[in-house]
Amino acid sequence: MSNSNNTNRKSQKPWEKFICWVNGDTVLEDGPRKPEEIPDGRKVTVHSEENTIEGTPLSHIRKFRKFYIAASIVICCAFIGLMLFTTSQMPPFGAVDVPTNNEVAEKYIIDGVKDTGAVNIVASMILDYRAFDTLGESTVLFTAVMSVIILLRKDKDHVNDEEDLRILEEHRILEERPNVVLKTVGFLLVPFIFLFGIYVVLNGHISPGGGFSGGAILGAGLILYANAFGFSKLRKFFNFKVFTAFTSGPLLVYAGLKTYSFYTGANHIESIIPTGTPGAILSGSLILPLNICVGMIVACTMFGFYSLFSKGEI
Amino acid sequence: MIILEWVLLIFLIVCAIAATVSKRLITTVLIFMSYSVVMSIIWVLLESPDLAGTEAAVGAGVTSILFFVTLKKVGALRWGDNNILEEHAINVKRRDNE
Repeated sequence: MSNSNNTNRKSQKPWEKFICWVNGDTVLEDGPRKPEEIPDGRKVTVHSEENTIEGTPLSHIRKFRKFYIAASIVICCAFIGLMLFTTSQMPPFGAVDVPTNNEVAEKYIIDGVKDTGAVNIVASMILDYRAFDTLGESTVLFTAVMSVIILLRKDKDHVNDEEDLRILEEHRILEERPNVVLKTVGFLLVPFIFLFGIYVVLNGHISPGGGFSGGAILGAGLILYANAFGFSKLRKFFNFKVFTAFTSGPLLVYAGLKTYSFYTGANHIESIIPTGTPGAILSGSLILPLNICVGMIVACTMFGFYSLFSKGEI
Repeated sequence: MIILEWVLLIFLIVCAIAATVSKRLITTVLIFMSYSVVMSIIWVLLESPDLAGTEAAVGAGVTSILFFVTLKKVGALRWGDNNILEEHAINVKRRDNE
């Protein structure tokens, strides 16, 4: 009997086993059941009578672990060597005759302030000369957060699951806790974090920073607020409707503004948006509104990831 | 400044090795956070403050929070030995007894 089983198992391998694995079935052959848990991979629960885990003998696993460690060290060393070798072949940093030191960078540095009116050359590059790239990045963030919503957001008819109820109960208990340190620190810090984030977004064209870093700061501030004072308080001014409006609206505004600027640029029409005095807050033509758009998208994305991962809703 | 840069770079390498070697996952995330902070200081020394701000906000802030959420989801973070619900039940019982 066992022999026939064995041959049967052999004939099953490896293709049908692979199919089982892809389908997420834990039952591989008629061997022992899956062990309860393998914490950190350090200690493995072993079925005493057969000394196997999911049908694989323990000695094989030990051998594989040794091979795994050795192979990881070898691959890591080889990769480090390759990288160091490549770096040693590169031309010295900032040399005159390197290929990156060409007329494009020269143009950005010399004409940047005159063309765009932004003192921060990085902002003038990413939001004026190369604004199409930034539109792509914003779209990537938008698509990512939409996919996460599709995957993880819970509907009304889906909350009845035991796991979901447990998570909701946990959140309720955590919000009721008298977390003095977290609440005091949040109370003191959150206004300044928001203020700093808004400052970084609005001053993106005259000082370091811009939409992405400012948006990340705002998102982190929102996460701190939600943790310190609970999601229910946050939902009074930041619910799902506001979230969708703040994510899709700025993207549309960005695309519209850049459509205008591409249209005028391609047809050699003078843009009606003034560049202003370099260094003033209202300067840099479209850079300031574009920074605000990017900041809103990034802040919403960061908070949306956190909220959807931890709770399954916004 | 050169000495400070060397110290920071050595700290970076130590952080990178320690993050892979440490046994507890939460320690790894904390080491990764300190790695990002040091990296942002190095960006400032390399005269790219734009990157420094983004690195500090995303690397040390948001990424670590997402890591913590993931660790909590897969059950690698524990409050003591019980989970939150059991602990809450024990606390409520104690309160009722008092």
